[in-house]
Amino acid sequence: MASRIEILNDGGFRSDGRKQYELRDISFDLSPQSSADGSASVSHGLTQVVVSVFGPREAKMRRETIHDRANINVEVNVAPFSAGERRRRGRGDKRILEFGSIIKSTFEPVIQTSLYPRSQIDIYVQILQQDGGVLQACVNATTLALASAGIPLLDFVCAVTGGVHSTSPLLDLTTLEENDVPHVTVAVMPRTGKVTLVTMETRLHVDRFEEIFRLACEAGKVLHKEMRAAVRERTGVLVAAIGAAPRGTSAGMDAGDRDVVMDERIDDY
Amino acid sequence: MVDITIKKRSQTDAVVTQRKFFKKTARGKVIKVLRERYLRDDVPCGIQDCQACQGPGMLPSAGESAHPSFSTGHFVLPDTNVFLSQMDLMESNLFSPPTILLQTVLDEVRHRSLPLYNRLKALAKADDKRIWIFYNEYRSETAIIREEGETPNDRNDRGIRKATSWYQSHLPRGRSASPSHQPKVVLLTDDAANRRKAEAEGLAASSVRRYVEGMKDATQLLDVLVSVGDDAIEPTRAVAARSALYSEYLPTATVLAGVKSGQLHQGHFNANAYNYLEGSVNVPAFAKPILLVGRENMNRAVNGDVVAVEVFDETEWKAPADEVIDQESTLKNDDAEDSEEEGEGEEVLGQEKKALRSDEKARPPSEKQPTGRVVGIIKRNWRAYVCHIDTASLSTTLPTSLSQQTVFATPVSRLLPRIRLRTRQAPQLLAQKILVTIDRWPATARYPEGHFVRALGRAESKDAEQESLLLEFDVPYRPFGRAILACLPVEGEGWVVPPKSAAAPEWRDREDLRGLTICSIDPPGCQDIDDALHARQLPNGNIEAGVHIADVSHFVLPDNPMDSEAAARGTTVYLVDKRIDMLPSLLGTNLCSLRPHVERLAFSVIWELSPDAEIVNVRFTKSVIASKAAFTYDEAQLRKDDVHMRDELTQSIRLLNSLAIKLKAGRMAAGALNLASPEVKIHLDSSESSDPIEVEQKELRETNSLVEEFMLLANISVAKKIQDTFPQTAVLRRHLPPPRTNFEKLQDILKKRKGMTLDVSSSGALAASLDKCIDPKEPAFNTLVRIMATRCMLSAEYFCSGSVSRDTFGHYGLATPIYTHFTSPIRRYADVLAHRQLAASIAHAPLHPSLHSKSHVERVLDVVNRRHRMAQMAGRASVEFYVGLALKARGEREQGLVQEEAFVIRTFRNGLNVFVFKLGIEGLVMFKREIKFDVDNYTVTIPAELTGKSDATIAVFDKVTVNIEIEKDKNTQRGKVKMTLAKPVDSRNL
Repeated sequence: MASRIEILNDGGFRSDGRKQYELRDISFDLSPQSSADGSASVSHGLTQVVVSVFGPREAKMRRETIHDRANINVEVNVAPFSAGERRRRGRGDKRILEFGSIIKSTFEPVIQTSLYPRSQIDIYVQILQQDGGVLQACVNATTLALASAGIPLLDFVCAVTGGVHSTSPLLDLTTLEENDVPHVTVAVMPRTGKVTLVTMETRLHVDRFEEIFRLACEAGKVLHKEMRAAVRERTGVLVAAIGAAPRGTSAGMDAGDRDVVMDERIDDY
Repeated sequence: MVDITIKKRSQTDAVVTQRKFFKKTARGKVIKVLRERYLRDDVPCGIQDCQACQGPGMLPSAGESAHPSFSTGHFVLPDTNVFLSQMDLMESNLFSPPTILLQTVLDEVRHRSLPLYNRLKALAKADDKRIWIFYNEYRSETAIIREEGETPNDRNDRGIRKATSWYQSHLPRGRSASPSHQPKVVLLTDDAANRRKAEAEGLAASSVRRYVEGMKDATQLLDVLVSVGDDAIEPTRAVAARSALYSEYLPTATVLAGVKSGQLHQGHFNANAYNYLEGSVNVPAFAKPILLVGRENMNRAVNGDVVAVEVFDETEWKAPADEVIDQESTLKNDDAEDSEEEGEGEEVLGQEKKALRSDEKARPPSEKQPTGRVVGIIKRNWRAYVCHIDTASLSTTLPTSLSQQTVFATPVSRLLPRIRLRTRQAPQLLAQKILVTIDRWPATARYPEGHFVRALGRAESKDAEQESLLLEFDVPYRPFGRAILACLPVEGEGWVVPPKSAAAPEWRDREDLRGLTICSIDPPGCQDIDDALHARQLPNGNIEAGVHIADVSHFVLPDNPMDSEAAARGTTVYLVDKRIDMLPSLLGTNLCSLRPHVERLAFSVIWELSPDAEIVNVRFTKSVIASKAAFTYDEAQLRKDDVHMRDELTQSIRLLNSLAIKLKAGRMAAGALNLASPEVKIHLDSSESSDPIEVEQKELRETNSLVEEFMLLANISVAKKIQDTFPQTAVLRRHLPPPRTNFEKLQDILKKRKGMTLDVSSSGALAASLDKCIDPKEPAFNTLVRIMATRCMLSAEYFCSGSVSRDTFGHYGLATPIYTHFTSPIRRYADVLAHRQLAASIAHAPLHPSLHSKSHVERVLDVVNRRHRMAQMAGRASVEFYVGLALKARGEREQGLVQEEAFVIRTFRNGLNVFVFKLGIEGLVMFKREIKFDVDNYTVTIPAELTGKSDATIAVFDKVTVNIEIEKDKNTQRGKVKMTLAKPVDSRNL
C-alpha cells in the first residue's frame, strides 16, 4: 500500500497536503515535568518527543566523572507504542545506543561543559510517537530542555531533515517519505551558522547533497525563530510568576534584550 | 533562496486533519497507522481569471457551451467509474469539454489499476485536452473524512459530490453574471445512486451515455463507448474479500493412490507457447496429450512441473484452440498489487473467457483431445528464471525511489506466467535482465510470487544475454574448480606420449599406429578434434578403414572429481560466440585433441571392408596415432576433387569417400531418413567485437557426409560390441518410432493443400514418400516438409540396455537396430562411458563397478539426456539472438524494413506462423483485425474491405514475403522479432 502514495504529485503537493518547502506543524511545551531540572516536549507533526534534563549534578558513577568538564549522559527510550509496529526495545538495543550517541556528540560542542568540571548532565529522551523526523525532534527538544534547565549553551541547535524526490528537495519528512526518498538530517547552530550534526542512512547523490544541505540549514533558521519565541514566552511566564518583572508586555522585551546582549557577546568571541 | 514556512495546523480541526488507526496485515500483525493532512486555501481551481484563486488556469471561465443540454456553459467533472470503464472515450480527440479531474478520482484510479492511471496521467497532460487536476482533498472546503459505517467507496462519492457543489458555488465569485446564466458543473457518472444523490443536492449530473448522446459528434463517440448495459449501475467495487481463484490440491496421499490406481495421470506439464491459457500433459495412458484449458484447469502448474491430472468425461473433451493468445496483451491492464488485495478482476476474466471462446461445432471430433484438470503437484521443478521487469506495473519509476513496490517480472520464456515480486530497487532494474525464482503460488493469487535473485546486466548486452541463456537452459558454466583441475596430468601442456617402451604404462596394450596416414576432417576453427580417419588398400583387394577417437577415458578416470563434473555437465555447449566445455580445456583442446603432427592416444575402430563396403572384419584397439593433417571440410573436398593430387593422404580421402557413398546408399536402402533442420551459420565480425555481420545457411559437402558415414559405422560397431559384452548395462542410444498420430495433422495439410500423401508406416516408407514431396516450382518446399516432419518425431535418447526391452533398441531415423555414441568423448559424456565399456570388453581395463550397476547408468544417462536437450536449445537460442542482432544491424544499414521470403507453416484464427528459410527463424504474424479462418483447409482470408484490394487467401505452405523488425517491448525492454506480411498483402495496419 505504501508504495501507492505519491510522494510529490504533479500539482506539487506532498502526500499530506504540504508543498516542498513547508515544515509540519510544530509545538513546544516547556512546562516542568516532575523533578527534572529542565524539560521540553516537542512535536513535529505527529512525531512527539519528551526530553528531561537533570544536572549539572554529581555523577552517580564515580568513574564517569571527567576532571575538567561535565560529562554528558544521554539515554533514549522508545515507547513500544510509538511506531507502527508494536515493539519493545531494550536499553541495549544498538539502534537506540547509536541514537543516544548521536545526540551526545551533537551537544558536546554546544554545552559549555568546562563550566562544570567533575559533574554530569543527564539527558533523558523519550520518543512517544514516530512519524518521521524522530532525530530532528530529539535534537530540538534537547536544545529546549537544556535551555529550560538553565545550562549555558553557545547557541540553539535546530535540526531539520531534508530529502530529495527525483530532483525536488523536500523538507521535514514523514515516515512515508522517509521510507521512500534518500534523506539527511542536519543540525545547525543558527547564529553562527555552524553545523553540529549531519547524518544519513540512505544513499544520496553527491550533486544533490549540497542543495539539500543548504536548504536544511535555512530551515534550521526558520525553526530557530519558533524556538526562541517559545523560550521567550516561557521565560515571560516564569518572570511574571516570580513577580519580579514589570507588568505587561515589557517582560517579553526584557528577555529579548538579554538575548541581544548574548548575541553581541558571541559576536565578540 | 526558497521560501521556507511552517505549515500551522489548528488544534481544533484535528478530526479532519489527523488520522490514527490500527490495521491488521495479511499476516495477522496489527500495525498502527498515523496520517495527518494539511488543509489549505491556496489550492487553485484552474479556471482562468478566477479572482479568488489567482492561480494559473487553463479552463475557460465561461465553460463550454456547445453542448445543447448545457447551453449556458458547463464543466465536466467525471466520477472514477468513467475512467475505469470509459477510458477510450476520454482519450478520444472528439471528446474535449473542459474537465475537472479530482484528486479523489485520480487516487481511486491509481488504486484500482496502475496502467489505467498511467494512461490517465498522460491524458491530463495532453495538449488537445482541457483537464485540470483539482486537489480537493487538500482544499479546506472540500476535504471530507470517512464517517462511521461509510464504505470507502461511499466516502469517495460524497467527496466528489462535495467538490462538485463547491465548484458550482465557487464559479460566480469571479463574475457578475446572473445565476441563471451561470455555467454548470456537470457530474458525469454511471453510478445511478451517486447521480440520484447529486440531483437531490441540486447538482447537475448525467450518465456518460446521455451526455455523449447530446454531443454533436455523438455517432462517432457512441461507438467508442463501452457498453455497460445502458444505465446499468456499476458501483465501484469496494475491496472484495480474498477468495480462492484456484481449487486446492488434493492431499499427497490421495494423489499418489489415484495415480497408482489409474484414476489420475502423472506427467510433465507443458505450457503452450502460443496460448498462455492452454497446457498439455503427456501421459502413457493416452496417445494424445491431455489438454488443460483455462487457468482453473491448469491450476497453478508451471512449465516443467510433474503434475497429477484428472481426465474429464469424454463428452467434455475439447480440441486445442486455434488462436494465439498473448499473455502480455490480454493482461496488460492487470495490476501487480491489485491481485494481492482484490482477487480476480472481472474485466480480465471476461477477456479470458472471450479468448477461450470455443467453436466446438466447427471442429471435427477427431481433433478432440482428452481434456482434464490438474488436481495435484507431484514435483515442482521451479528454478531461477530470467525475467524483465514490466514497466507498466511500477508505481514509480524514479531512480531515487527506495520504496518497496510490487511489480511483475515477465520471464523471457513464453511458457511461463508472469511472476509477482516485491522489490525496493524496481526502477534500477528496468531494462535489465534479472533472475527471479518462484517462491509459492497460493490458491488465492492469480500469479505466482517470487523474489529477485540478482541482476544479470543490461538487456541486449552480450554478456547479459549470454549468461541469461545459460541460466535459462540450466547450463552449468562456472569455471572448473581446483579439485577438478588437480585430476589433470601434472605435466600440463608439456604432456607428451612417452617413447615406446614396455615399461611405460601408456604403451601397455596399445598398438603403434603412428605410421598410418591418418587425417582429421572438421569444421573450420575446430579446436577439439575428437576423430580422425584413415583408409588403405589391402593386398587381398579389400580395404582397411579406421576411425580413431581421442582416448579421453585414459585421462578421465572413473569416479574422480573431474569425472563427476563431466557427468554433471553431460555435454559441451556450443553457443555462437562461446563454448562451455565439458572437460577442462587442457584435455579438450590439447591433450585429447587429435592435432596434426603430434602423437596422441586414441581408441581405434578398424574394419576390413570389401570393395562394396561390406564389413568383413572389425577390431577395436587402443592405439597411439600421429595425424598427418587436419582438414576442414572444404579443404578435404578440394583435395579430393583436384585430379592432380596423387599423394597418400588424398588417395586415402578418395578411398574413404568411395566407401562412404556405398555405406550411405546401403543405409538409405534400409530406410534411413534424410531429415532436415534449419541450420544457419553466423559470421562474426571479428573474435573481439563479435558483432554479427551476416547470417548464412550451412552448406553441406560430400566430405561432411564422408565423416558422418564412418562415425555412424563406428558407433554401430561399438554398440554391437558393448551390448554383447554387457547386455545389462551397455550405454546405447535409440530413437523411438513416432506415434502415427503425430503425423496426422501434417498428412492432412499435405493432402489438402498439395494433394500429396505421406506414408508413415515405417521409416523407409516415410523416407520414400518424403522424397516424393516435391514442388517443381519451389525447391525449398521439400526441405520445408522435412523440417515439419522432423518436428513430428520424438527425440533420440540415451538408455541403458538392461532397462528397456530388446525390441525397442532401434534407431528410427538411422534405421539401424542398435546404436550408441562413441565418437565424440571430448564433448559428450555418454561417449566416455561407451569408451570405458569398450575398453573393458576388449580386456584392456577392468570395468569400474559403477558401470556394472544398472541404476547408476540409468541415473547418469538421465542427466546426460536432459543436458543434451538443454544444450541443443541453448545453442539454438544463441543463434536466434545473433540472428536478431544481425537483423537489427541490417535494418539500420538498409534504413528500413528487412524483407525476406517465408513459408507459412501454421495458421491460427488471428495469425500465421511463418518460417524464414534464409535466417532459419520462425515468426508469428498477428492480425488485430478480424480475418476469416478456415480450420479445415488451413487457410486464412484477409477480406477485401481491410486492404482495399481483393480478398487474399493464405494457406499453409504458401510463400509470402514478410517484413522483419526488431521491436523493443515497451514494458520489458526485450527485443522481439516482429513480423508483418508484405506480400500478398501489406498487414502492417491489420
